[in-house]
Amino acid sequence: MAYIDLGNELPGIRGPMAFSPRTSKPLNELAEVLLRDDDNTLSRGDRELIGAYTSYLNDCFFCQNVHGSLAQHYLQCDMSALDAIKSDPEAAAIPEKMKALLSIAASVQKGGKTMKPEQIERARNLGATDREIHDTVLIAAAFCMYNRYVDGLGTTAPQDRQFYINRAPQRAAEGYLDFDLYK
Amino acid sequence: MPHIDLNNDLPGIRGLLAFRPEVAGPMGELANILLRDTDGLSPVDREFIATHVSWLNDCFYCHHSHGAIACHYLGGEMDLVDQVRNDYLHAPISEKLKALLTIAGKVQQAGKAVLPEDVENARRHGATDRDIHDTVLIAAAFCMFNRYVDGLAATTPTDLSTYGPRARQVAEKGYGNHIISEKQPAA
Repeated sequence: MAYIDLGNELPGIRGPMAFSPRTSKPLNELAEVLLRDDDNTLSRGDRELIGAYTSYLNDCFFCQNVHGSLAQHYLQCDMSALDAIKSDPEAAAIPEKMKALLSIAASVQKGGKTMKPEQIERARNLGATDREIHDTVLIAAAFCMYNRYVDGLGTTAPQDRQFYINRAPQRAAEGYLDFDLYK
Repeated sequence: MPHIDLNNDLPGIRGLLAFRPEVAGPMGELANILLRDTDGLSPVDREFIATHVSWLNDCFYCHHSHGAIACHYLGGEMDLVDQVRNDYLHAPISEKLKALLTIAGKVQQAGKAVLPEDVENARRHGATDRDIHDTVLIAAAFCMFNRYVDGLAATTPTDLSTYGPRARQVAEKGYGNHIISEKQPAA
């Protein structure tokens, strides 16, 4: 049970979002721009992967499964492949540029000041643009917020990971702006 | 120097938002609701939480910016702001606000660091569900803002006298796109 009376039984971030619609509006708008807007040279799958990886580092079960399932959906891979990326991106079968961006996300998760210029340089040498680096930093930073919101209020999350996989196609189609929190 | 070429020399988060105006709207709106709402916690309480979390995250630009806004609301009591920033348990503030700052400090460490007894303690001192919700989300949001600013090495003014005029601008007009689209305030 959540630490406060949310007035609903919704899982994860949907509980506090239904409790506080005014703040959920900009929170969802930010997610839409960062994760789903097509005006971006990073694919939706890449951006969801950055969100899932940051959520994994923050040990947020709900967020890493929601966004991991979306990454799987977009990248057309299975759960074991995604788990392998999260636990050791450098050894995973993903593009070198993505490894460099995930290393940037990992530093953001630890703290903004842990970022080393060499990490940015590495990403840039592998073809990352300034905007891609910007978006990687902000996606990782935003998940340091979403994850804390979810776990800091002690929300509940379905433990069956298939629950998240099953919902991913619908979540991908609806996006973050126009969906029913109660469905 | 920032890690990426922002094509502007605006200070702190302003330079980042001007580089990517598509995110400025939702981030400004979030800050406005969380920091300027008068339902429950006062704007000063809210800026205190933001200042303390930014200080814990060692984000120079953010803790001085929000400390200056709290100071503006208080009519210049910088000693109080400084004490809340780094020694709130001994500051002359309510027990309720101390309990909420403790929750904010836990959120800064990690979401799971918040324990039921932290919430119970705040409730015992009169915090409502809304107060607790807002405290957690303000602290969480500053774990984003701080990482955004320092993760990209945003330009950080070291002259503290420049923070007051920007604080006055935000106190008078709120957060929002005007902080990047209008002329930067001068001392």
